[in-house]
Amino acid sequence: MAIEAEGLGKRFGIRWVLRGVTLNVRKGEAVALRGSNGSGKSTVLRILGTLLQPNAGAANVNGRDVVGQASSVRLDVGYLAHTPGLYDDLTARENLEFAADMLGLSHSVVQPTLGRVGLGGVTETRVRGFSAGMQRRLALARLMMRTPKVLLLDEPYSNLDESGIALVNEVIRDVMTSGGAALLALHELAPAKGIIDRTLNLADGRISTNDTALLETV
Amino acid sequence: MAWKDDWRRVRAIARKDLTTELRAKAGFNGVASLAVTILILLGLALGPDGEALRNAAVGAVWLATLFSGVLAFNRSFQVELESGALEPLLLYPGPRWTIFAGKLLGNLVFVSLMVAVVMIVGIVLYGITIPDRWPTLLGVTALGVVGLVVLGTFYASMASRSRAREVLLPLLLFPMLVPVLLAATTASKALLGADLMHESGAWIRLLIGYDIVFLIATFIAFEHVIEA
Repeated sequence: MAIEAEGLGKRFGIRWVLRGVTLNVRKGEAVALRGSNGSGKSTVLRILGTLLQPNAGAANVNGRDVVGQASSVRLDVGYLAHTPGLYDDLTARENLEFAADMLGLSHSVVQPTLGRVGLGGVTETRVRGFSAGMQRRLALARLMMRTPKVLLLDEPYSNLDESGIALVNEVIRDVMTSGGAALLALHELAPAKGIIDRTLNLADGRISTNDTALLETV
Repeated sequence: MAWKDDWRRVRAIARKDLTTELRAKAGFNGVASLAVTILILLGLALGPDGEALRNAAVGAVWLATLFSGVLAFNRSFQVELESGALEPLLLYPGPRWTIFAGKLLGNLVFVSLMVAVVMIVGIVLYGITIPDRWPTLLGVTALGVVGLVVLGTFYASMASRSRAREVLLPLLLFPMLVPVLLAATTASKALLGADLMHESGAWIRLLIGYDIVFLIATFIAFEHVIEA
């Protein structure tokens, strides 16, 4: 199993956002996590990505506990947050070179990756001047510099045009073909058509439905 | 080799922080301008008496460094928060201490540059005569800067998660820096004078001890602070 969560609970102040989320994602599977705004989709991803610690329950990524073995989990996870998380005063190239340094990769991967996401012509432009879609592509490029075993994508299609959407799907396919898995927090299922195997609905802090039939209507 | 990867991360964070600060309009120029303004205002408040200015010079230089340093420390984590870059930073594999070490190194270079500007302006404005023992004076300054930056970086990381971080950082930091300020100013004053009582040595030892203790303590505590 790529992702296993059992009874995850998360409280912010006195408000419980997650009240016992149980979910599984098998290796080679891409699962969409759906729910209304504030339903806790991002919180689930952030717990699985080791950015938050749950107040109740437990979760494993590739068999490793997200709390007790967080640093090992981070080696396997590729996480795309809702915000791009880029440095505005650095150029596109500098942003990726920084990521390469942090990931222990060679700088030689930077230019081809920028070309692959369609930013080959703006490598020396500061991110401050990028549109939201370009920033999203650059964040995606950071993810594409290596092939993680588990993808956690929070609204990955937002601000992207058709070619950007195709890029996201390409990244997911790459991970799946190498035996990985993906969990996507989504509002719209349409861009993920042909990629998603299953959807999970999150409501009132719990998984309310575990549905494959939904995908046939997309 | 793990230590090579860790050192690469430390350098990358320091380089990124320095590049960002030097390019940002509110970066080095803003912080250095504030420090110089503080020096000028204190000079005006002390009046035209040359002796009074020289006596207050060391304190003025350290206060200017302290106040403008707080701006620099706040900014070093604000850069991460502005566009949600803290989360990707925390998600990179590798030990958390490398993030602190990178931030520390970046702030150390940044504040050292600022102190160089402040000292030059202080020498000119306050009429300080450079003493024979200037290498020791530089050493005292370096020890003071290390103490200031270690605690400043640590408390900035702690305050960064709070919405009131601009207020919180000086409230947390200033009381902790009293020993550094006291030791650095007293040792510097002694070195600028004749140091007849050889009092600078004790204060320098205090500075060294303080730096070592807090360097170790902050490295250990950082992981818990940044995860909270």
